[in-house]
Amino acid sequence: MIHSLFLINNAGDIFLEKHWKSVISRSVCDYFFEAQDKAGEPDNVSPVIRTPHHYLINIYREKIFFVSVIQTEVPPLFVIEFLHRVAEMFQDYFGECSEVAIKDNVVIVYELLEEMLDNGFPLATESNILKELIKPPTILRSMVNTITGSSNVGETLPTGQLSTIPWRRAGVKYTNNEAYFDVVEEIDAILDKSGTTVFAEIQGVIDACVKLSGMPDLTLSFMNPRLLDDVSFHPCVRFKRWESERVLSFIPPDGNFRLMSYHVNAQNLVAIPVYVRQNINFFETGSSGRVDITVGPKQTMGKTVENVIVTIHMPKVVLSANLTATQGTYTYDPVTKILVWDIGKLNQQKLPNLKGSLSLQSGAPKPEENPSLNIDLKIQQLAISGLKVNRLDMYVEKYKPFKGVKYVTKAGKFQKNWELACHEGLLRLTDLVWSSFTLMKNIPFLF
Amino acid sequence: LHSASQSELITSTESCFRHLHSLLPDDFLNIITLDLHDDLKEMLDSNKDSLKLEAMKRIVAMIARGKNASDLFPAVVKNVACKNIEVKKLVYVYLVRYAEEQQDLALLSISTFQRGLKDPNQLIRASALRVLSSIRVTIIVPIMMLAIKEAASDMSPYVRKTAAHAIPKLYSLDPEQKDQLIEVIEKLLADKTTLVAGSVVMAFEEVCPERIDLIHKNYRKLCNLLIDVEEWGQVVIINMLTRYARTQFLNPNINGGEKAFYEKKAEAAALAKRKPYVMDPDHRLLLRNTKPLLQSRNAAVVMAVAQLYFHLAPKAEVGVIAKALVRLMRSHSEVQYVVLQNVATMTIKRRGMFEPYLKSFYIRSTDPTQIKILKLEVLTNLANETNISTILREFQTYIKSMDKDFVAATIQAIGRCATNIGEVRDTCLNGLVQLLSNRDELVVAESVVVIKKLLQMQPEQHSDIIKHMAKLTDNIQVPMARASILWLIGEYCEHVPKIAPDVLRKMAKTFTNEEDIVKLQIINLAAKLYLTNSKQTKLLTQYVLNLAKYDQNYDIRDRARFIRQLIVPTDKSGALSKYAKKLFLALKPAPVLESPFKDRDHFQLGSLSHLLNAKAGGYQELPDWPESAPDPSVRNVEVKDSVRAGGTVTLRGRALGLSEESGSGSESEESEEESESEEEEEEEEDEEEERAKKKKKVDKSKPKKPESAESDQSSGEEQKRIRKGGKDRRSGTESESEDESESESSESESESEEESESDTDIKKKKKPTPSPQVTPVNSFLSNSLVTDLEGLSLTDTVLTIAPSSSVRLYELLHRITGEGLAVEYCFSRQPFSPDPHMVAVQIQFTNNTTSEAKSLHIEEPKLQSGMRIKEFPEIEVLPAGESVNVVMGIDFCDSTQAANFQLCTHIRKFFVSIQPPVGELMTPAFLTENEFKKEQGQLMGMNEISEKLTLGEKCQSEHVIVERVTSTANLSRVPCGSDKESRFAGKTVSSGSLVLVTVTRKDGAGALLTVNCEKMVIGTMLVKDILQALTQ
Repeated sequence: MIHSLFLINNAGDIFLEKHWKSVISRSVCDYFFEAQDKAGEPDNVSPVIRTPHHYLINIYREKIFFVSVIQTEVPPLFVIEFLHRVAEMFQDYFGECSEVAIKDNVVIVYELLEEMLDNGFPLATESNILKELIKPPTILRSMVNTITGSSNVGETLPTGQLSTIPWRRAGVKYTNNEAYFDVVEEIDAILDKSGTTVFAEIQGVIDACVKLSGMPDLTLSFMNPRLLDDVSFHPCVRFKRWESERVLSFIPPDGNFRLMSYHVNAQNLVAIPVYVRQNINFFETGSSGRVDITVGPKQTMGKTVENVIVTIHMPKVVLSANLTATQGTYTYDPVTKILVWDIGKLNQQKLPNLKGSLSLQSGAPKPEENPSLNIDLKIQQLAISGLKVNRLDMYVEKYKPFKGVKYVTKAGKFQKNWELACHEGLLRLTDLVWSSFTLMKNIPFLF
Repeated sequence: LHSASQSELITSTESCFRHLHSLLPDDFLNIITLDLHDDLKEMLDSNKDSLKLEAMKRIVAMIARGKNASDLFPAVVKNVACKNIEVKKLVYVYLVRYAEEQQDLALLSISTFQRGLKDPNQLIRASALRVLSSIRVTIIVPIMMLAIKEAASDMSPYVRKTAAHAIPKLYSLDPEQKDQLIEVIEKLLADKTTLVAGSVVMAFEEVCPERIDLIHKNYRKLCNLLIDVEEWGQVVIINMLTRYARTQFLNPNINGGEKAFYEKKAEAAALAKRKPYVMDPDHRLLLRNTKPLLQSRNAAVVMAVAQLYFHLAPKAEVGVIAKALVRLMRSHSEVQYVVLQNVATMTIKRRGMFEPYLKSFYIRSTDPTQIKILKLEVLTNLANETNISTILREFQTYIKSMDKDFVAATIQAIGRCATNIGEVRDTCLNGLVQLLSNRDELVVAESVVVIKKLLQMQPEQHSDIIKHMAKLTDNIQVPMARASILWLIGEYCEHVPKIAPDVLRKMAKTFTNEEDIVKLQIINLAAKLYLTNSKQTKLLTQYVLNLAKYDQNYDIRDRARFIRQLIVPTDKSGALSKYAKKLFLALKPAPVLESPFKDRDHFQLGSLSHLLNAKAGGYQELPDWPESAPDPSVRNVEVKDSVRAGGTVTLRGRALGLSEESGSGSESEESEEESESEEEEEEEEDEEEERAKKKKKVDKSKPKKPESAESDQSSGEEQKRIRKGGKDRRSGTESESEDESESESSESESESEEESESDTDIKKKKKPTPSPQVTPVNSFLSNSLVTDLEGLSLTDTVLTIAPSSSVRLYELLHRITGEGLAVEYCFSRQPFSPDPHMVAVQIQFTNNTTSEAKSLHIEEPKLQSGMRIKEFPEIEVLPAGESVNVVMGIDFCDSTQAANFQLCTHIRKFFVSIQPPVGELMTPAFLTENEFKKEQGQLMGMNEISEKLTLGEKCQSEHVIVERVTSTANLSRVPCGSDKESRFAGKTVSSGSLVLVTVTRKDGAGALLTVNCEKMVIGTMLVKDILQALTQ
């Protein structure tokens, strides 16, 4: 299935390669670089690239391209999902999935990759099992290791893999038994100029941090499970019980994991927690523009809106911005043309405002449309959908654990004013003409 | 240091290559590492594990960076047997990487792995197999084959899983091993653990995906295991089962499916014949068991289920996948990309499914371009009369995007909506015309191209648009757009008779500076105008053709020459020029704007081939539905015991066999039948158990009483002696009080027993009463009977020589509780040679599973004091589907208490018990009439039990009586002078006490049964049993 893996950084260096079958020369990555050049943005690199002898399936995460080499038919999602698991495992092991972290821990990375795939087919991808096989590095352990020469490799081989509960390691023991659940919700919304909701939906996840001894069997129930429109579960959740009773019954993995993701289908009834009044104008004469943005809280159910950040993609002709913010700070990056206004906490009494002028490239025609705004925010202690955890029960084990639930609401893809500015610029004509040709191939064009 | 390194560098070409690059700082470091290899070698040779580890870590880091470390092979391979686990692991990593290059040296390590394969620790066995199979060295293929075969029947499922992983490795190394590997795959497919299932199906897909017949027997098991298999295995299994289902089941959408278009005729005829569609229960099973997996967190699993539903489910049920797929759209952009490709294909066939989720496909400014374009594709596919206005409004905002590729795609999409939905064609056209005045040239150009296509559909109404476009030629520079405009004007020149010649004039001026496609269209325009309006354009045309004649591009020169010949009539130009007008101004069909995803669904959705729209290597075609369903019975798994020996073959077994043979019985019916009969059986068992319990209670109380009476006076040793040697005791050193107490107690019991047990016992005996042809007489007995019973009629002899094999069988372990292992026993009535004081019990093991049962033996017998068991020799292997007979001996101490013990296989233990009917506790004794009378005379009084009875209707004749009595108890017949009397004699097996039975017939059906036995308990019970046998 998966033949080889190359990790490539933004600069185009291949800084790690791993082969699960016979060795494939790293020159195969040239095809990837070609595609990357063509795509421009890293986001636009096609996840599946065809080369004469191989197929390259790649993902882009944390500024690293994970490029896998495939030789025969395999479901692309299979590979993509696996590569994301690899990235998540690095995150889990080293706290971050970055080039530096991978280079610093190259031996552990190699051992991990060795365990995760056998002959290109996934072998152990559960974090609990891998952590028994290969211990994650800690400062203390690496010090001890250098002194004593002991290793990161587990002496005992994991039993979880052999059990019917492969996601949980055996013999877990804690002095403080605790189970915490974070209910994190994100609002995705598109608002039009007047502030009417074009599209809004709520996505939520329940992330768990469970540190319980033994083999606890947990049951989590909700006050209002009907809110949940669509759900997906960690493999530990017993689907039958959810179907019949709408409770989450599971034997948890040890440590942090995502218990469930859900979607609340409230359509346009989603309470939008903030409102934005903006006025961005460009003038024909004097090549300048004016900005006036005010943000205020709307339906916040008595909670404070925090970490408010407004991001605006300005038209290309905007050279610089000279603004004053009554609250927070703003930055304008003239290269990426992104204006970021970091407001922080929203104040009910004194609404934050950003005002000032923009200077445009002289001679260029004024942009036609106003740019759109992206808003980022966070509300503690509130799940905007109103989802509430009712209770958590534990069976099998006897001790009394600490239990806790935390609610957070965030803005996901929160977009105000879906109005995009046109800009002048070089167009890749060749591409376009080519695409027109292919579409027109059945037109009798001869005469 | 430097000179040393240089000399080393120049030795090999590879190093020379490095040398060339050594100017770069990174590779300068490389020289140093090369030099350090000596250090590494030293470290590897040292005795300290920490040094070795450090060296290995550095080597692995080199490998990871893609640096060559092959020259260290000899130094590394030495450490393959290192005790330190981490060093060992890193050596494995190194070995797998370089073994292919250094085959000879790699062989040195093989013996270590071969040793590892025999390790008692399953994880070490597994890892040894894993590394061994990863070393790609052809010489060791036979060793690998052997190792895989062995591991495939390992006790540990984890090792078996590793074996499954090793199969494709070996196959890629040596495809000639295919046949042998298929055997291993077949074996592993039968494995019942979830751990193995995913891996073996993966091996199946890589080695022999065409052997669909291997799946039949495992189909239901795979369906049922699916939810517990790990995620990656689920994907592989679901994809394989999709293909399987396409070959085995009928199309659920057969009536009024999409194929109705060209099937109509055939259908009308076929419909009459065709039975109404009924979904195969196995088909339903697959759909039902995969549905919960739509809730998986793993996108690949969700996609696999989605494609399964798309390809296999009835139309009405496919809808469930939409929600799950929409969920995946909120995942990483790569996942979105793949999912959208598949959704795009699905929306063409089943638009309705995604319509409720229209808004989820709205495009965000932050989406990458490739996602935007795919969403646009989906939105276009979803457009219909009701939602088109919403979609067009959405499109309008997209046109303002900064992303030009996306804008161009949006304009194309608008064009497609316009062609597909007639009602909005004018609106779209107007919108596009407005775009013609857009400041962005690209938008204009794309619009021109799309408008051209739309105009072709209804040109006459839109001459003003054509005029408007004609004006654009002054400004627009995009060649494709210019070419499109020129073609339009030429094609519809009669709608714009005044403008057309003027455009040609302008074009003639700029001809030399135009792009090739524009030049071709100028020539086209000129030709068309010449044909319709030669007066105004004759000179212009000739001018253009002359320019073209000397063009650099030979296509254009060629075209010019060709057109000149065609349109300008000369002497030489033949008949063709007459038709020039027809040729050039023929009505051209309007273009069809199609989705690029049309007809992509002939590839299995979710596959790489579907994504690329081209067959990838190793892609397995998704077969078409069969016309008529193949035999569904191939999936029936025969758990039923095929080797159940005669005697008590139940009706159920036969009925099952019948239904299977006829093939009409579907699985569900069959299983119902099975479960019903099982229930019945269970009920029966329950009753039996209850009865047995009752009996036990009574039995237990009986022997205990005398014991307890004795226990005060005599030691344990004495007890034994007493219990064994009944006669010694009788002859009497024991006190009278004991005898008395014993007899008293047993008497009182026998009375109460008669009352309490009579009903239950009758019930019990009803069942085991053998049918007439089942005469439980063994050959030994029958022989003696033949000799002894002179004067019997011919029929009698026939009866007495009835087949000895038809001894009644008792069930020890049902095949359900025994997980496929069925055990039955019978009392063979043969003397048990190792110990004459034991009753021989013949046990028959039948292995109904598909795998071997190993080391069958007995453990931990729980016996009443004094009872003994002589175990049968351990059965080492019982192959699947076979049965074996063994004999064991049990000394029941002349009591009917059960002997409890554990029956063990290599994996399981079962608690079982054998309880003998009283008649089996004796062996025949051969007495003459005189001896019989003498013995009888000694067993009078308390030892004689007489019972009057009425013989059953069928029990009137002498030979029936003989038969009934001998079948109830293992007695021999004693010759007798009177034909009214039948006499039988035997001895208890354990103590050898005599048992004498006399049946005296009276007038009519009346009779008298007398039993003389010093063991009064046995006597009492025997009377009851015989009584029952005779009264029926």
